[in-house]
Amino acid sequence: MRGPPDLPDHGVVAENALAVPRLYRRANRKVLGGVASGIADHLRISPARVRVVFILLTFANGLGIILYGAYWIVVPTPPGSERPTRFADWLRYGVGVVMVVGTVFTVARTLPPLGQLLIPATLALFGGALIWRQASETQRLEWRRTTLGGKGRIRLALGAALVVAGGVVVVARANASGVTVAVLAVVMTVIGLALLTGPWWIRMVSDLGEERSERIRSQERAELAAHLHDSVLQTLALIQRNASSPREVTRLARGQERELRTLLYGARTASGQLSEALRGAAGEVEDAYAIKVDVVVVGDAPLSERFGALVAACREALVNAAKHAGVETVSLYAEVEDSACLCFVRDRGSGFDPAAVDADRQGLRGSIIGRVERHGGQVSVRSSPGAGTEVEIRMPK
Amino acid sequence: MTTVFLVDDHAMFRAGVRAELGQFVQLVGEAGTVADAIAGIRERHPDVVLLDVHMPDGGGLAVLAGVAAEAPDTRFLALSVSDAAEDVIAVIRAGARGYVTKTISAAELADAVRRVADGDVVFSPRLAGFVLDAFRDAPVAPSVDPELDQLTPREREVLRLLARGYAYKEIAAELYISIKTVETHASNVLRKLQLSNRHQLTRWAADRRML
Repeated sequence: MRGPPDLPDHGVVAENALAVPRLYRRANRKVLGGVASGIADHLRISPARVRVVFILLTFANGLGIILYGAYWIVVPTPPGSERPTRFADWLRYGVGVVMVVGTVFTVARTLPPLGQLLIPATLALFGGALIWRQASETQRLEWRRTTLGGKGRIRLALGAALVVAGGVVVVARANASGVTVAVLAVVMTVIGLALLTGPWWIRMVSDLGEERSERIRSQERAELAAHLHDSVLQTLALIQRNASSPREVTRLARGQERELRTLLYGARTASGQLSEALRGAAGEVEDAYAIKVDVVVVGDAPLSERFGALVAACREALVNAAKHAGVETVSLYAEVEDSACLCFVRDRGSGFDPAAVDADRQGLRGSIIGRVERHGGQVSVRSSPGAGTEVEIRMPK
Repeated sequence: MTTVFLVDDHAMFRAGVRAELGQFVQLVGEAGTVADAIAGIRERHPDVVLLDVHMPDGGGLAVLAGVAAEAPDTRFLALSVSDAAEDVIAVIRAGARGYVTKTISAAELADAVRRVADGDVVFSPRLAGFVLDAFRDAPVAPSVDPELDQLTPREREVLRLLARGYAYKEIAAELYISIKTVETHASNVLRKLQLSNRHQLTRWAADRRML
């Protein structure tokens, strides 16, 4: 919700120049029950004016007196004043309502032309006053803001007029059985209510929407913060502790970069795909040997048993390059074709003579060639001293 | 000497590039915002613009849209921390002659600038992989210009070698062709990437964007 979440009801709010004091009967400086001066305080006008209004209303068949009495009963004195109200809440409200309704109907009977206008007008006024009293401070401020503008006033006047007019039609034609008249009255009242309360409904709906999206946003923020804390902050701490070792710093930075990239731009391929497994293997080698592996994968396929062997062989080729080539960057390129997957592991390092590989170098012979051929694939190694090495692996699907 | 204009919203990064490239090229200006970049490029007519893809006010795409048409002799090389597919494809289609990531070494960057200045295009292995991926299947719908919508077998081979980390010289030796021919193939691929309207390209980029 908009606005300060926990507005205290009084005290602090009173200091705010915009805040409206709550409606209380005045406990001191009053003439009769403190009703008129209380209303005046609430509306911030002179008490004399309110008193004049009550007196004028008294000429309308004593309405002023009745209303004054009703307010006297319903409106409480401020908290902490010497004389607390003597009636239970429900009793006060009940008596108030009965009195108002009774009066209005009496007036309407005795004074038909004025009464027709009086009943709906009084009901509307009384209902409005109740709503106003129940509203929170921020709501009241908002209503003031939206209704006191030029358009707001017109809307308010038009809406109120329609509601009252609708009521008049109902009362005037209470005995008539004309359906169209009843429909007309209902339509008028509904339009009037829509005009009066429309902005409030719209605001409430948009507040709800805002609240929901704000909640989603804050959840995402919390998730991201948790992730950054677990990864980036930890890595930064490690980098500071290893500042004397450039190799270690590079390794940490590279691993973190890879992780962040996956988080930010990563193609979130479904898990269990070949591309994911290859990138994972490359990441492990990067971390373990402090080299950079450029991974490019074209196409993708589910990770079958054969492709699992392919990934393991590629990993071994990367490890060989990291250990023996003496370079900082190794390329891994994989392309998934219709019937097979082709992988290339290439470095521009020292190279070697494939014919002169010692028999005890298990890496190439056992972990790469042997493993791939057992699964029906082929390996070819191209290397010469000083010109780098490229291991090509072809694995059928 | 090649004149270079540097556009990046991070002053630290600009300082780093200035220090690294200073000995290879002549830096004629730099800008940290799209508006400054457009004004600066209009005024200085650099050979090459090193263009950051992500900036707060629209980034490299906005600069390309604002000034590329009126500076036909200026070439744009995109430079970004992001190597997300949609960024790469978008900036190439807007007219950049190449795309490199910011982790590139100083020597490689200087080489890329020189090649772009010579009218060549720069395909990082990753960009080559992207193109292969995007043009992988044959176009489904009959297209207006079939030539634009498919790679020739030779272009595929060149791209594959680029994706495997081969330099132009190594590609030329591998395929028994001249370096000039490799460059021509690369330029043709870039043209297809910029002009092709095959729907796979759009769909493919959209797939990558729906993360």
